[in-house]
Amino acid sequence: MLQTNLEHIESEEQLKELIENNEKVAVCCGRMGPMCIPVYDIFEIFREKYSDIQFRDMDFDTPAAAIIKGLPECRKFWGLPYTIYYRNGKVVKATSSIQSAKEVKSVIDDVFA
Amino acid sequence: MSESMQKYDVIIIGAGPAGLAAAIYTSRAVLSTLVIDESSAGGQVKTTGQVANYPGFVEPIAGHELAGNMRKQAEKYGTKFKLAADITTLHLSDQEKWVELDDEDRYTTKSVIIATGSSPRLLNIPGEQEYKGSGVSYCATCDAEFYKDKDIFVIGGGNSAMEESLLLLQFVKSITVIHQFDELQAEKITADKVTINPKVGILWSHEPRAFYKKENKIVVEAENLKTNKRIRLERDGVFIFVGLVPNSALVKNTPIQLTKYGYIITNPQMETNIRGVYAAGDIRDKRHRQITIAVGDGTIAALEIIHKV
Repeated sequence: MLQTNLEHIESEEQLKELIENNEKVAVCCGRMGPMCIPVYDIFEIFREKYSDIQFRDMDFDTPAAAIIKGLPECRKFWGLPYTIYYRNGKVVKATSSIQSAKEVKSVIDDVFA
Repeated sequence: MSESMQKYDVIIIGAGPAGLAAAIYTSRAVLSTLVIDESSAGGQVKTTGQVANYPGFVEPIAGHELAGNMRKQAEKYGTKFKLAADITTLHLSDQEKWVELDDEDRYTTKSVIIATGSSPRLLNIPGEQEYKGSGVSYCATCDAEFYKDKDIFVIGGGNSAMEESLLLLQFVKSITVIHQFDELQAEKITADKVTINPKVGILWSHEPRAFYKKENKIVVEAENLKTNKRIRLERDGVFIFVGLVPNSALVKNTPIQLTKYGYIITNPQMETNIRGVYAAGDIRDKRHRQITIAVGDGTIAALEIIHKV
């Protein structure tokens, strides 16, 4: 169970519904580890700054995370967290391992502009 | 041209333990305090699994929890935060001090505490950024299980490299340590536990120069520092643990005096060479770097400011 202030995605259905009903969605799938916590924190800060983007997290060890792990964009990922950006229901960017605030902002500016 | 200007009694740059401790003290002394950080609050502590040596906690406390508590405590006393902020201009002189952020707001003050800490050192070689998370890793706790029964490299021979190697050995088939010296710098007790393991080999006096991908393998091009000959070796992944570097890029274009390694020089009162500018925590030139010491540094800097108001 992730101890963050983000809304958690707990099922595949929940994720599908989220990306079907929202144009811009960012999901950070990881654990409570050193590479993941900074990304959750950045999501929490950016949640206020980018109110048009839905920021969520997801526990990497739950069965629901299979939907993220199975994405072609994540096939070669060997580092947590997996961070996926969806626009209009489609994956537009996926990153692996820790990302700085600048890196996350750069992706957001690029794919959600 | 700045959009707006706000004045604070104290501006603290860096929201790790040093910055947060200082903020708790200055805010409790009713000094308006702004903490700015390019990331979230907590510094390196938030990425530490368990903290077992911070006084007052009988049982180890999760690093992110300790950091979160420090931030909440500062907020409770009125500290304002600007997090995930990009500082575009930092002006520090004896007469005036101000910070401008990417939102073009300008913040002025009479007292600044630099508490930007340190970060894991990167190798900054070709392929490192490109393969981060898909062959290149910096965290055994996070990524070791991706390399179950695989052959990997570990870059580094210090304490963190050896401690992380011990964890990795529980998962991987083999480790090749690449180290720039002829002996490990880690404490002997830890280094011995690694080196006696039959799964471990060491490539002495070599430094990586580039990473490449060959199908699912990662290729390290390493240079022999004695002969300058380069070799290419292939494994399933590489873990990099090569120490820390001070986060001093921000102050390099200011008159603040730094050591040749980039740490800020202070006196025991945490004062830098600029009047009203202090440094605290891991960014400061000193021998030991611990959470407790960072908190102490921040406290001293805050008390100096409070007593001068």
